[in-house]
Amino acid sequence: MDNQFSQWEVFIQKKNGAAHEHAGSVHAADKNMALQNARDVYTRRNEGRSIWVVPTDSIVASTIEDEVVFFDPANDKIYRNPNFYKMPKGTTNL
Amino acid sequence: MNSTNNALYNYCLRLADNNLILGQRLAEWCSQGPTLEEDLALTNISLDLIGQAESFYEFATTFTEANCTADDLAFLRSEREFVNNVLVEQPNGDFAYTIMKQFLFSTFAKHLYTALANSSNQTICGLATKGLKEVNYHYMHSSQWLIRLGNGTDKSKEKIQFAANDLWCFTKDMFEMNSVDTLLIEQNITINLSTIYTPWKNDIEQVFKIATIDLPTDTNKIIGGIKGIHTEHLGHILCEMQYLQRAHPGAKW
Repeated sequence: MDNQFSQWEVFIQKKNGAAHEHAGSVHAADKNMALQNARDVYTRRNEGRSIWVVPTDSIVASTIEDEVVFFDPANDKIYRNPNFYKMPKGTTNL
Repeated sequence: MNSTNNALYNYCLRLADNNLILGQRLAEWCSQGPTLEEDLALTNISLDLIGQAESFYEFATTFTEANCTADDLAFLRSEREFVNNVLVEQPNGDFAYTIMKQFLFSTFAKHLYTALANSSNQTICGLATKGLKEVNYHYMHSSQWLIRLGNGTDKSKEKIQFAANDLWCFTKDMFEMNSVDTLLIEQNITINLSTIYTPWKNDIEQVFKIATIDLPTDTNKIIGGIKGIHTEHLGHILCEMQYLQRAHPGAKW
């Protein structure tokens, strides 16, 4: 794949105030091309109102090997979830 | 049919034919694009243009006494009845050639639609305003590719310069006018195309400069589109595009 442009990760914001969510990736030679490719590949059916593109190289990711060390300790700490409060009457979205 | 309706019919066909033929040309790139992303970009632009064509054909049908549909206008007229500019019917060539053709046309469309957004005819005004958003993207996409290719490798520079030199003689056709324009200009429905020539040329010069492309010096001009006189390529496009309706009249899916 030596002749491919470099890879960029695409994040789309669906509506005002919402978080930008990862949509996928594109190949592009520069940032303008990355933004336009992301627009053409991921928002053709009016899926978004704002796009971020990030060079894939710039993303630091945890590895599968780290999984146990990173996440297992949270398994048995149920008190970290706010499950022990009584919900006020009529509250549906807390 | 009164003369204004007749002129509006003809003018809408011009706008529609330009969009349809360039849209059909771009659709030829489907699955042939240099990358997956660019394949989608070119066919997205194609769909934008075909959508614009459909709207202008729909509007054209309101000015003819013949009982015809937008589809009839697209699929049942012959080469001499098409009034698109000769630029848009030119073959795709390589990617640089396609992008140059797109850029030369989109720059023209950008200025034309900007002017038509002030048309005294409400529908033309509305369609131009709506189309302008798409055209601005086409302009952005093609101009950035021009800059990229012009400043890329020796080979990409050579190809984009060749495209500019080769297509230049077809650009004059976009600014040709006839009695249709005279009549519609009087009523402020459309504009004198010579007023957008300088803004068009300025944009071209500005982008060419950044892209290090020399402005072509070719003084030849190949014109005739609005009279239905075309280069040899239009017949071949229609042959492919209209085949199904010609072979199976009225076929639907």
